[in-house]
Amino acid sequence: MSTAATCSVPLASSETRVREALCFDNVTCTFAGNGKNAQTYTAISGGNLTIRDGEFVSIVGPTGCGKSTLLNVAAGLTRPSSGTLSVFGEKLANGLNRQAAYLFQVDALMPWKTAEENIAMGLIFHGTPREEALAVARDWLERVGLHGHGKKYPHQMSGGMRKRASLAQALALNPRIILMDEPFSALDIQTRHLMENELLQLWSFDRKSVMFVTHDLEEAISLSDRVIVLSAGPATRPIAEFDIDLERPREMSEIRMTQRFLQLHSQIWDVLRGEVLKSYAHNRI
Amino acid sequence: MRTIEFKPTNRFTVLLTRLAILFGVLFLWWLGTSQKWLSPFFFGDPLGVARRVVEWFVTGSVFRHLYTTLLETMLAFAIGTVSGLACGLWLALNPFLAVVFDPFIKAMNSMPRLIFAPIFALWFGLGIWSKVALGVTLVFFVVFFNVFQGVREVSPTVLSNSRMLGASSRQLMRHVYLPSATSWVFSSLHNAIGIAFVGSVVGEYLGSEKGVGYLILLAEGVFDINSVIAGILVLTVFALVLDTAVSMIEDHLLRWRPVAGQTVAAGA
Repeated sequence: MSTAATCSVPLASSETRVREALCFDNVTCTFAGNGKNAQTYTAISGGNLTIRDGEFVSIVGPTGCGKSTLLNVAAGLTRPSSGTLSVFGEKLANGLNRQAAYLFQVDALMPWKTAEENIAMGLIFHGTPREEALAVARDWLERVGLHGHGKKYPHQMSGGMRKRASLAQALALNPRIILMDEPFSALDIQTRHLMENELLQLWSFDRKSVMFVTHDLEEAISLSDRVIVLSAGPATRPIAEFDIDLERPREMSEIRMTQRFLQLHSQIWDVLRGEVLKSYAHNRI
Repeated sequence: MRTIEFKPTNRFTVLLTRLAILFGVLFLWWLGTSQKWLSPFFFGDPLGVARRVVEWFVTGSVFRHLYTTLLETMLAFAIGTVSGLACGLWLALNPFLAVVFDPFIKAMNSMPRLIFAPIFALWFGLGIWSKVALGVTLVFFVVFFNVFQGVREVSPTVLSNSRMLGASSRQLMRHVYLPSATSWVFSSLHNAIGIAFVGSVVGEYLGSEKGVGYLILLAEGVFDINSVIAGILVLTVFALVLDTAVSMIEDHLLRWRPVAGQTVAAGA
């Protein structure tokens, strides 16, 4: 176990390949409250964390600790109150993070477009001709196991199918970074294991950088290279990180039985439990 | 022996029951007036009304009036819908202007706008345009409020997702805001059809030389209650036809929407 690494991008190395896909430098997010006696709420305070190129990192923490805020900062959807975010060595001053795709916790497909249109939308937004984009989308439909469902509208698909379509939608743009916000939390456990396996398989082709937010420690360990634990909110910050040295390729249902997995699980849980209890006590007041 | 099941999904029994209600009411009306329980002078009688409608269409005397009223209604409907849509989108995407205009719009909406009819008659004369103007002021607000609401109800996740996928503001308008507002727009269009007719007919009633409203006014002047009812019936049928047309376009454009189990904008 080591403490959270601070960001250190040496200026000289900017010509060479930058190894940090995402680097949070002292990020603080304070939200204004509403109402008369409004109190400001500090979701994240002094957040330092780094996601290396090609690394699969999971962020775990108690509920409501600001995990999603951290992802929104990474996406450029939320601007930090202070501190900076660098994407491949370049500071993200304004606008969205163009290197990243975002997989949301809830359904984010456009309900008025079919599965293949939804997948093609990213390319269409970027100026690819419609037919060409749809051809790419059909290719992706097969890769995520939705062959023959391209003409269906989101409401005609099951939750798992919609997740697959969302995943294809995010990956079709070939982003260098994927941000995921508890993407599988709404799925039943069997579908979830299937999706996790498929995610790892897709990821292993080109090893994009993944920032995966979850409250499920087992999911975090079985998917990631590294697990970062966040403290209980408010003023959340990373408090510990663990390297997951389990071998790849991994099989979701089997890996959870291995000795090493259980060892890591109990190590991380020792840290996480304290935060969960703090969060519980805080919310009860 | 087969018993008839009264289920809402059985289209045959539903249709049969509807026809039974329609003819039942007509029969009671006929019975009441023919037995002199109701005075035919005040309530007309169904056969007289039917004769009048047939006569209008056979002699062709009604077409001139019907054409005028339909033209006014369609123009009011089209202009009101397009301007309501444009203003709704514009204000919804422009929070500053939305706040600035809020009291004016509320005032305009709560104003009894039918009272504009005489003013419009002065401004636009007794031709069709004073009626169109009246219809537009009625239709505009219904559509405007629905679009305004529809745009603001766009799912923030879908919006963020589209932005992350690289949509420009024009693309957001075309692929996210407009389709999302469509279901709201259509729920308002059903109301808009009805009130576009109200605008035309009231306008004609207050001053015109042709139109179904004018026809009704003339008939009322000579206490010809059958013609008044016949005029109302003809208008109702055409309003229903237009409403059906809107429903058909709606079904085509909103085919992505789940058929049952979802409530989208019950009304204006």
